[in-house]
Amino acid sequence: MALTLVPRGPVSRLREITTPLIAFAAAVLIAAVVLLAMGKPLGVAFHVYFMEPLTSSWGIQEVLLKATPLTLIAVGLIFAIRANRWNIGAEGQYVIGGLVGGAVAIFTHGSGGFWVLPLMLIAGTLGGLLYGLLPAVLRNRFGISEILSSLMLVYVAELLLDYLVRGPWRDPRAFNFPKSVNFEDAAILGPIVAGGKLHWGAVIAALAVVAGVVMLGRSLFGFAVSATGEAPRAANFAGFNDRKLTLAVFALSGALAGLAGVVEVSANIGQLQPSIGQAYGFTAIIVAFLGRLHPVGALLAALVLSVLLIGSETAQIMLKLPFDMTRAFMGLLLLSVLAGEALTRYRLAWR
Amino acid sequence: MSEAPPRVPLIRCTGLTKRFGSLVANDSVSLTVEQGEIHALLGENGAGKSTLVKTLYGILKPDAGTIEWQGRPVELPNPEAARKLGIGMVFQHFSLFDELTVLENIALGTPGARADEELAARVDRVARTYGLALEPHRPVWTLSAGERQRIEIARCLLQEPKLIVLDEPTSVLTPQESETLFASLETLRAQGAGILFISHKLEEVRQICSMATILRGGKLIAHADPRKETARSLASLMVGEGVNEVKTRHGESAGPVFLAVSGLSVKPEISHGIPLKAIDLEVRAGEVVAVAGVAGNGQSELFAALSGEGGEVKAGTVRLRDRDVTRTDIGERRRLGAAFVPEGRLGHATLPQRSLSENIALSWHETEDVGGFFLSADKLKAAAAAVIKQFDVRGPSSDPRAAQLSGGNLQKYIVGREIARNPKLIIVDQPTWGVDARAAALIRQTLVDLARAGAAVLIITQDLDEAFEMSDRISVICGGTMHPPVATATTDREAIGLRMTSAYERTAA
Repeated sequence: MALTLVPRGPVSRLREITTPLIAFAAAVLIAAVVLLAMGKPLGVAFHVYFMEPLTSSWGIQEVLLKATPLTLIAVGLIFAIRANRWNIGAEGQYVIGGLVGGAVAIFTHGSGGFWVLPLMLIAGTLGGLLYGLLPAVLRNRFGISEILSSLMLVYVAELLLDYLVRGPWRDPRAFNFPKSVNFEDAAILGPIVAGGKLHWGAVIAALAVVAGVVMLGRSLFGFAVSATGEAPRAANFAGFNDRKLTLAVFALSGALAGLAGVVEVSANIGQLQPSIGQAYGFTAIIVAFLGRLHPVGALLAALVLSVLLIGSETAQIMLKLPFDMTRAFMGLLLLSVLAGEALTRYRLAWR
Repeated sequence: MSEAPPRVPLIRCTGLTKRFGSLVANDSVSLTVEQGEIHALLGENGAGKSTLVKTLYGILKPDAGTIEWQGRPVELPNPEAARKLGIGMVFQHFSLFDELTVLENIALGTPGARADEELAARVDRVARTYGLALEPHRPVWTLSAGERQRIEIARCLLQEPKLIVLDEPTSVLTPQESETLFASLETLRAQGAGILFISHKLEEVRQICSMATILRGGKLIAHADPRKETARSLASLMVGEGVNEVKTRHGESAGPVFLAVSGLSVKPEISHGIPLKAIDLEVRAGEVVAVAGVAGNGQSELFAALSGEGGEVKAGTVRLRDRDVTRTDIGERRRLGAAFVPEGRLGHATLPQRSLSENIALSWHETEDVGGFFLSADKLKAAAAAVIKQFDVRGPSSDPRAAQLSGGNLQKYIVGREIARNPKLIIVDQPTWGVDARAAALIRQTLVDLARAGAAVLIITQDLDEAFEMSDRISVICGGTMHPPVATATTDREAIGLRMTSAYERTAA
């Protein structure tokens, strides 16, 4: 006797939609049991995790701010993962995007030209793109696993940034703090509404979602990406070049991660410092899977995870919950959704 | 029959019924096998043969019906129980580890055995008794399909079964290898074993079987003595009303050479793939050329080299009309008028989880109007609908996923998809492998008609009947070498069968 998965047959549309909702509810329930077992008041937890982020305009802005880079990166990652190419290094491409874009701001400091911001965005995007191509080239040329190389390159990017802001790019008037000069206004991506915090990056992310939907669902490129992931021999039969496709999906996911990086540095941080990352590149992998590898799904998943992240910041103070708990909740959520997906297609049976 | 039949049959099944959802795979089927009998189980693909055999071997549980073993009612909850009773099974698809030796593979499939001298002696005894030539210490990947099958049979015989079930054992064998197998089966039969022989090759059934059970659409159609029937009468029992034979008109003058392969040597992509050695092959417009051969002699590698899908060309050229396409990809070859139908229907020729209309894009996007960079769902749907209509593709909905179709319907769709592109050359690997008789006849006729309309047609097939039925010329591939073609009208099965087991050696010019 062994526990096995038995296929269930076709899945209805309604079920496809309700499954992640049920999975989400299950995850919340399990989290509540864990909190109860830790002796935390559930009422306060509910307020912290759901009411505060979703009812105040401050909370909603913060959620959208965090969801912006997560969505941008996840939309790119969806292409790579769908093609069965594992870009685990979005965090590194994000850092390089911020670093290259930031470099434009630092080296044009004082010019105040209108072209500074566009140049930053382009440079950051290109930086992420080229950095993303490295694991693809290594895979095509030497057969090196892109999972390992893309992950290792994260640390290279982080250390490079660390070195630059402690060394050559350090602001001489920053009392030896490891950070660059504060960007001037021409290098800042501004808020959508004057005085607000929500910046134009959110609009860029929304556009990326729309473009992602169209590219994946309608274009020959999107078809080639999915075909390569679903059945490589069929993709080869179709004449979709495996190597070119590897380059393309890494370039695309790297570019979007780089764009997210430069947007974050320009709009939110306003300078280069060692900790521009906040692990958005890693969290975006969860976002992509939670969103079931669909751009709209990724947008929704990014919002959910942002709510969780915002809530956890307050929870550290109000409930004295360690931040690691937040990571556990993220894992719980991902597991629930994946299990829900598996259980819609298969049922458990003793064989 | 010379000897008197024993009073108690070896196995008797009554009223066996097995449903899968709404499909009734076996509908109250009865079957009796006596000791010392070679009993044929006949039927098209999908007739319910496999379901019945899996029930007998304890893999499937019947929904209704009884099984009696030597007069006693029995339950067969799993294959182990079947083996304990004395039922042995030789599957159609080998379950052997390529890297291991013959003896190691046998030890793995035999409970409690180790690959030692004692087992070697037992294997040797069995092999001698039944005329199964085996070299115990050869690694499996060096063996032909016939040799591999002998391992499976020896493995089965070591358990000293009283009933041996063979699932389409000759489908991968040359005519000569089949004869060797039949001699072994005859020895077994003479010793009193019962043999259930699944096949759709009617001639060989008439040659060796003394009783036949015929299934169609899950129902028992007849019990018959095949020696008293003709191949034609058996076929009509199997298929229902008569199947049309392919109408060919051999000997018409073929046009100019469209595909020319010369001195082609290819290093395969996968380890243990078959390297192609100095292959010469020509296909003219208006003719059907068949490449016959036993599976695993370089067919997949040849298809990949001709389609441009893979393999590293070491020497030689592939030409389409006057263009050297040796180094070009499959898209460029399609633009020059070529079309390809690979052996694998799901996961190679189609994306299994995509609709038939989406699957149009797979082979059309280089040459046909499917909307450009942004695919047009309307154009794809129209193209798929036309193929579905023209080739009578039947599925559960108007635009089903590829995996939802039966093998025959999917193959009709795939062949139809390529023919709808009006190719000047079509290369088809195993055109009707595992396809029901009606679909197979349609596919063969379609390809022959395409050649008569002026296209060059190359089929790669393991099915000698198919090669003879369709082709104007036959080449044989063996061990990665290609025998020069002969006109189909001037050769016979024996001559082709001999070539299938010996590599071609170029005589000094």
